[in-house]
This record gives sequence, structure tokens and C-alpha cells, in this order.
Amino acid sequence: MPRTLTRRTFMAAAVAMGAFATPAFAQEVVKIGLIQPMTGPSASTGKQAEAGAKLWMQLHGDTVAGKKIQLIVKDDTGAPDVTKRIAQELVVNDKVNVLMGFGLTPLALAVAPIATQAKIPEIVTSAATAIITEQSPFIVRTSFTLPQATVPMAQWAAKNGIKKVVTLVSDYGPGIDAEKAFKEAFSANGGEVVSELRVPLRNPDFAPFLQRVKDAGPDAVFVFVPSGFGSAFMKQFAERGLTQAGIKLIATGDVTDDDLLNEMGDAALGVVNTHHYSASHNSPENKEFVEAFKKANNFRPNFMAVGAYDGMQLVYKALDKTKGNADGQALIDAMKGLSWTSPRGPVQIDPETRDIIQNIYVRKVEKVNGELYNQEFATIEMVKDPVKAAKKK
Amino acid sequence: MTEATMAVTTAQAPAAPAARRLLIASARWRWWEFAVWIAAFAAIVLLPRQLLLLNEIAILALFALSLDLILGYAGIVSLGHAAFFGLGAYAAGLIAKFGYGDPLLGLLGAAGCAAVLGFATSFLLLRGSDLTRLMVTLGIALMLQELANRESWLTGGADGLQGVTMAPVLGRFDFDIFGRTAYVYSLCVLLVLFLLARRVVHSPFGLSLRAVKLNPLRARAVGISVNVRLVAIYTMSAAYAGVAGALSAQTTQYVSLDVFDFIRSADVMLVLVLGGVGYLYGGILGALIFKAMQDYLSSVTAQYWQFWIGLVLVILVLVGRDRIGALFSRITVPFSRGARS
Amino acid sequence: MVTILFDGIAYGMLLFILACGLSVTLGLMNFVNLAHGAFALAGGYITANLMNRLGVSFFLCLPIAFLFSAAIGVLLERTLYHRLYDRSHLDQVLFTIGIVFMTVSAVDYVMGSGAQMINIPDALRGRVEFLGGSIGVYRLFIIIICGLLTILLQLGLVRTRFGSRLRAAVDDPRVARGLGINVNLVFAVTFAIGSGLAGLGGALGAEVLGMDPTFPVKFMIYFLIVVTVGGASSVTGAFFASLILGIADVAGKYYVPKAGAFIIYAIMVLVLIWRPQGLFARSATR
Repeated sequence: MPRTLTRRTFMAAAVAMGAFATPAFAQEVVKIGLIQPMTGPSASTGKQAEAGAKLWMQLHGDTVAGKKIQLIVKDDTGAPDVTKRIAQELVVNDKVNVLMGFGLTPLALAVAPIATQAKIPEIVTSAATAIITEQSPFIVRTSFTLPQATVPMAQWAAKNGIKKVVTLVSDYGPGIDAEKAFKEAFSANGGEVVSELRVPLRNPDFAPFLQRVKDAGPDAVFVFVPSGFGSAFMKQFAERGLTQAGIKLIATGDVTDDDLLNEMGDAALGVVNTHHYSASHNSPENKEFVEAFKKANNFRPNFMAVGAYDGMQLVYKALDKTKGNADGQALIDAMKGLSWTSPRGPVQIDPETRDIIQNIYVRKVEKVNGELYNQEFATIEMVKDPVKAAKKK
Repeated sequence: MTEATMAVTTAQAPAAPAARRLLIASARWRWWEFAVWIAAFAAIVLLPRQLLLLNEIAILALFALSLDLILGYAGIVSLGHAAFFGLGAYAAGLIAKFGYGDPLLGLLGAAGCAAVLGFATSFLLLRGSDLTRLMVTLGIALMLQELANRESWLTGGADGLQGVTMAPVLGRFDFDIFGRTAYVYSLCVLLVLFLLARRVVHSPFGLSLRAVKLNPLRARAVGISVNVRLVAIYTMSAAYAGVAGALSAQTTQYVSLDVFDFIRSADVMLVLVLGGVGYLYGGILGALIFKAMQDYLSSVTAQYWQFWIGLVLVILVLVGRDRIGALFSRITVPFSRGARS
Repeated sequence: MVTILFDGIAYGMLLFILACGLSVTLGLMNFVNLAHGAFALAGGYITANLMNRLGVSFFLCLPIAFLFSAAIGVLLERTLYHRLYDRSHLDQVLFTIGIVFMTVSAVDYVMGSGAQMINIPDALRGRVEFLGGSIGVYRLFIIIICGLLTILLQLGLVRTRFGSRLRAAVDDPRVARGLGINVNLVFAVTFAIGSGLAGLGGALGAEVLGMDPTFPVKFMIYFLIVVTVGGASSVTGAFFASLILGIADVAGKYYVPKAGAFIIYAIMVLVLIWRPQGLFARSATR
């Protein structure tokens, strides 16, 4: 039974404990707690997200609707119990108004009860399993969901002469989401998934799985691996000679992550994938974003950076709308239905599911001025998360 | 080697009066021990902002205490103690998930499961060198982790166990967002188990264990059945670790695969060594230092706190754990040679 | 089938090169060095940086990686490790875990947390047909190099003067000293070779295993498995253990992908229950 603390009893309890000297609502500061893995295997996600969030503040100032914005960055090392404790401390001790970040699905899920209990918006800027936003009415997402990125890939594949596919995904929430979504959409469009492979999430060795793919001899292999694992996968893919065996590689954009794409080398050339953001997206917003990002950091932004950048943007826009009222419920209400132009293109927060609605682009890896980029060549406009859309029917 | 002879004499019926006096003296409560526990309970009121961290410290302290039982008192090195922590966490989490939300019930269940695993695996540790033991314990923890990863219908796999909801402790105290109930609850469990452990290590059984640790061959020669003792203490230690895991699962209401992590096993060993091995308070002191250090360092430098923890370890070993330990025991334990190995 | 076997052998060979230094320090010098992976990390990173920033050829990088890691090994051995030879295993474990923590964060700080990419020369890309299976040229290359090194190592240990000095120094350092053997030097050289091989393994393995700052932690467990299963006293033991583990791991993942990494851990525990000293340990060591 989730206990629902109202803000007042919450503060009353705090005062009763003699912990707080400052009066409750006098703060002119709005605090945002950014929790990301800064160490451990997902550290690159954390670095991108931190850089993205900080860039927004650098470009758009730290005051909005008369409130000063303060960003508190914490490292959860990628362990859910730490994430939860840090979130709890940020709420209780630092009295943050918004929790943000969450590099992996388990981390986002661990914080859901706190968001509900404290009535504080939890903005998920990275994790991408579909079910996350259903775990608390206070969760809003600015990243993407895997089914959202996967379904267009399946449809594109079915329309472009690919009949038999093997799926190969990392064995955890988002991977299973992708596997399911791909199979459903691909079968519905007349294709056949001949085999479904799941690679362990920790220290993956892709060679034996790729050998299975090769032996199955499909037209294409559909791949999802989380951001950061793409380059190891690409190497093995090229080494195994699947392309020579006539097996195409199709993927979600996590595999051809902008952060690592250049290091993958020519092996990645020509890979077709679908995702919501590419650093080469052609729009004035994105040009400004990428330029400023590269200037502030010496690496290229990827979709994790954009997620956090838009997370900050969402908070600013919501505060504008509430005229500076940082109450959790007010913020959440303001966020629902908000739309803006992100570096990735037009986006909107679905008022019903609090998930993001955005364009999904079909891209191909190409060389531009000596660097590898995901070049967009087709757009599927304003895609909602297919899992939740299907549930409603 | 005085301890060995000391322990051996107690194992035989008529102990020399001098040895008996020494033993009673070493088992007596000292002023600083009271101070530790008073401080721990005073923290509830004095440090209301740190209750969540304190809760983690209490749990880690219990976990380290369980390792101390085998490492400090029986000389069994383990790099896979997280196996029991994790099993306890999943047991407690699942018990709560399937509708039995009472925390104490969960603790018992977790302790039971971990004890069974501990008992079963203890036989694997009776043979072989330190290195073999390290690897067997490590292997068991890793296998459990893979198992939990595989059986995702039960454990939630890599996404973690969702939907753990706890009933109030003793039907009265609900877990609150400040971590107050959580800390008091964990601390009470720690205290009870600590008192039990203290009783055990000062009992003839505990003393005979030390004899085993110091010289298994000699212990066997004077008629101590070494294997029975090792199995018993290992089982007990496993149950303790299981309870620590259960506390973690119950107070965070969440369990994920990393409860079995190698890093967790390594950390707990580090914690114990930081605090000192073989006098029961090492776990508590170590947990306090480690968590405080981690919390401070990660707020200063979120990305690189591990570096400084590593440096502390390196320095600790280079300077010599014994020397630091001796310094500490001079302050705390009058009979330093009698109470510590 | 041939392909799987071949991949397994390549993987096993690589594990051997990475781990044999550990089996020497642990088995012969009785020193538990959990930081062994750090030397592999050094080898992998120096190779990646030389290739990507200075355009040094991959083949030239391999010996450099060996020398670089060996140099670091000697430096650490002379300044720090040698103080710990007569300490307890617990002290050694703690010390080397500390070194691992420091290495991982320091490399992360200096080089970034991303994986290092090595682009192998075109000559090593592609595949060849062999006995009805298709084999990656690079894996063939790994097998050849590692095979040669194994033979050299075994000969060096058994046939050369240095080898017999080392064995003498290990068996009884005091008597060896009395015979005029410079035990410190022998240990230092041995340590350097072990570290160097790990560095070479890191350079070779970056392509197959991936190379990022957490490498020493991720693979420490595998190294230890190789050494304990093989029996921590013989190079041949470690060699066969590596091969068995490599093949079992690759074949297990191919035929029963659901079992994942479970197989390799299960094998280790079973072997250790059956033979606590490892598969190939001489029964009457010290």
C-alpha cells in the first residue's frame, strides 16, 4: 500500500523532527537532482547526460519565471539501491523539486515509488523500456521507448524486400521490448522472424550468437544493444563476414550511437537503423545544439545528451507555464501535453501516458567530411509508444 | 600462540584459574562498547538528515559482521559472500511480493534460505587452499547471479524485482521516506544479531574456532573436530549475510541482480579490513568509514571516488594493517593480545 | 562445428596469454595479483593510442605493448609488489584490488570511459575456408602468435638456465641465494615477462574482447578461473585450462545460449570440488 504523503504532512513531519530551520515555501530556488551512472559500465551515458543538461543551462541561463535553477548532479554507479537512496536523500535533504536522469531501466524503476510518495516529477532522460511511465503518475519521459524506435524499423524492412529476419537483442527489459515489438510489427507486415537470440547484458561475447545468425541464413539480422556496446558488436559483425554472406544489418539507433560511431570505422557504413535523434539532423535547432555541445565538450552529442537537454527544457517550459510554481503536481500537470522543437525535431509529451511523442527517422550510416554520421532519409512523423497505444485498444 | 593454548585449555574441563580469569576479562563489556551503541541510537535524533545513509551503514555493518565471523574467527577467506546477501535479498523480496509483507517473517525466511545454502556449500570449503576457497565462493556467487538473471519469471531478471511492498514493522511502524523506521529497524536487528555473535565468539565454541584458525593441525590433534566447527560457523555467517540482504531488500523495497555482484563481495571484505578483522566491531567501524568516505568523495568527485578508495587500500596494506590495528586496540582493548589475533 | 571449435581455441589462446603471467606469479611466486588485468589494460591502451594518434602500424604496436607493460610491471614490482611477497594472501588481495580501483578510475579520468578501438590492418581481416568451416583470419593470427609464445614459454621455463634459476628460486629462495642466484632479479624479470605477456594479450584482445577502463575488473574473474582450474603451478596446466574454458564458453553460448555464462562458472566450481588444487597440479608440490 503506497502511502500518500501530502506536501503539508510531509513538511510537518520534517519540522517535527527538528531538522529544518528554513520555512517551507520560501525558496526562490528550484532544485533539479540529476542522477546518472558516472562510474561503471554505463558511465558514458552519465557523461553525455550531464553535458546535455549543463549545456541547456549554459545556453538558456539559470533563471526561469523568477526562480533560480540549481542542478545537483549525483552518481549512482548504476546500482539501483544506490539510485533509490540518492533520490530519497535529494528529496528529503536537498528538497529537490524535480528528479531527473536514470541511465538504465532498473534505475528508473527503483525511483518510481519515491516519485509517487513525494509527489515529485521524475523525468526519465535515458532509460527506454516501455513500462517505465506506468509505474508512477509522476514519471515523464524525454528519451524514447524501444518499441517506438523498433516498429518503424520492422515496417521499413518488410517494405524493402526483407522476408526472413533473426533478432538479436541484449537480454534485459529494453531488449525484450525491442524483440517483441519487432516480431509483432514484422509479422503483421508479412515478414517472418526465424529465430530470436538474447545476448547476456554483462560482458557480452557476440561471436557465438553471430555464428548462429550466420548459420540460420536470414535476409537480415535485427539488433538492439544498449548505448556503449555498439562498437564491440560492430567489430564482431564485420569480422564474422555476415555481410559477405548476404545478411543485412538493421538496428535501432542505439547500435550506431553517435558517441561511438566514428570509432566503429568503415564496418558500420551502410547500416540502416531507426531512431529519434542523429547528430546530423538537419535543423537550425540541432546545428546550434551540436556546435555549442562540441565547443563545451570535446565529444559529439548522442541521444542521451539530447534526452537530458530536453529534460531541462521540459522543466523550464513547465515552470514558465506554472509561473514559477514548483509544486510537483502543478509541474506534472503543466508538462502534460507540452510541445516544443527539440534538436531532434518536433516533440510532445503525451498528456495521457506522459511518454514522449516524436518523429522516428530511418537512417543510413554514411561518411560526411571524413566522419561517420547517421544520415536520415525517411521520417515517420509523431510516433507514439506502440505498446501503450495497443493497450488502449 | 597463547590463544591456541588458551582455547585448548577451555575445551578441556578444568581450566586453569588464570586462563579462566583472562577469558572472562576478554568477554567483559568495555565502556567504549556501550558508547558505540549509544551513539548509534542517538544518531536517530541527532542526524535526521543522514538516516538513509545510516541505514545503509547498519546493513553493510551486519554484512561485514557476518564476514568477520568466518574470516576473523575461522580464517576462511571468501570473495563470494554476496551469494548469501543476494539470496537473502531475493528471498525477502519474494516473500513480500507474494503477499507476506511482514518484515520479520521476511527476515526469518531469508536467514533460513541463506543458512541452507551456507550449510550445503560449506562442505566445498573444507578442502583446498585459500585460493581455492576464494574461487569456489566467488564461483557460487556468480552462478547464483546467472541463475537469477536466467529465471526472470521469478526474479525479474536484469530489470530487478518489482512490486515489493512491505507491511509496517510489528504492525505499527510504517517505512517512511526519511528512512527513520528503516534505520531503527536495521539497527535493532544489527544489535540483536551482534549480541548473539558476541555470545558465540566468547563461548567455548568460539574459542575453539580460534584455535582452528591459528593452527588447524594442532587443533585437530588436541581433539577439536575441525570440520564440524567450520560448517557450523559458515552456516551461521551465511544466515547473517542473508539477514543483511533481507534488510536491504525490505528497506529499499527493491532487489536487483547486483546484490550478487563480485564488487559487493570485494567491498564487504574491504570494509571489514578497514575496520579490523576479528573483534566484531570491525564491520561496524569499517562500514562507517567506507560509507562516509564514499558519500563524501562521490559528492566531491562523482566520477572518480573509486580512485581514492583504492589509494586508501594500498596505503593501508603498505603501512601494515597490524600497525593501524594495534594503534586502535591500544586505545580500546586493554588485553590486546588476548582479545585480538 | 569447425568454426565453433576454432573460435573456442582462439578465445582460449587469448585467455592463456592474458592469464599466464598470473599463473606464474601466483603459482611460482605465490603472489595473488588481482591487478593482473591492469597490465593488459596498459597494453591495449598503448596500442590503441599509438595506432589512432600516431598511426603506428599494428604489428609494430604488439612488441611495444609487450615492452610497455613489462616496464610498468618492473616498476611496480620493484617499488611496491616485492614488499608484499611474504605477506598473507589477504593483504595481497586487498593491495591489488586497491591498485585495480586506482587504475580503473585513473584511466577513466585520463582517457575517458569509452571503449578503445583498434582498427586491425586489412591483411588480417576477412575469412578463409578450412575443413568446411569458415575461419576469421584475425583469429588464426591470434592462434599462431599465442601458440608460438606458449612453446617459447615452455621451453624457456624448462630448458634455459633462467628457467632453472627461477624454479630454484621458487622452491627455496634461501638456498637459491646461497648458490649465488640473484633471486630478486629473477623474480623481477619473471614478473616483467608475465606483465608483458598480459600487455601483449591486451593489445591482441582489444579487437575481440573489447577494451575499456573496466577491463581489469571484468576479466579478473576469467583469469582467476584459468589459473585455479589449471592448477596454479604449471604453465601447461593454465594452457589446457584456457583452451577448455575457451571452447566450453564459445560452444556453450552457441549450443545453449540460454545458459549464458553459467557454464564457465559451473565448470570451475565442479573442477575445484573434484580437484581443489586444479586439474593439472602436480600432486606433490611444496
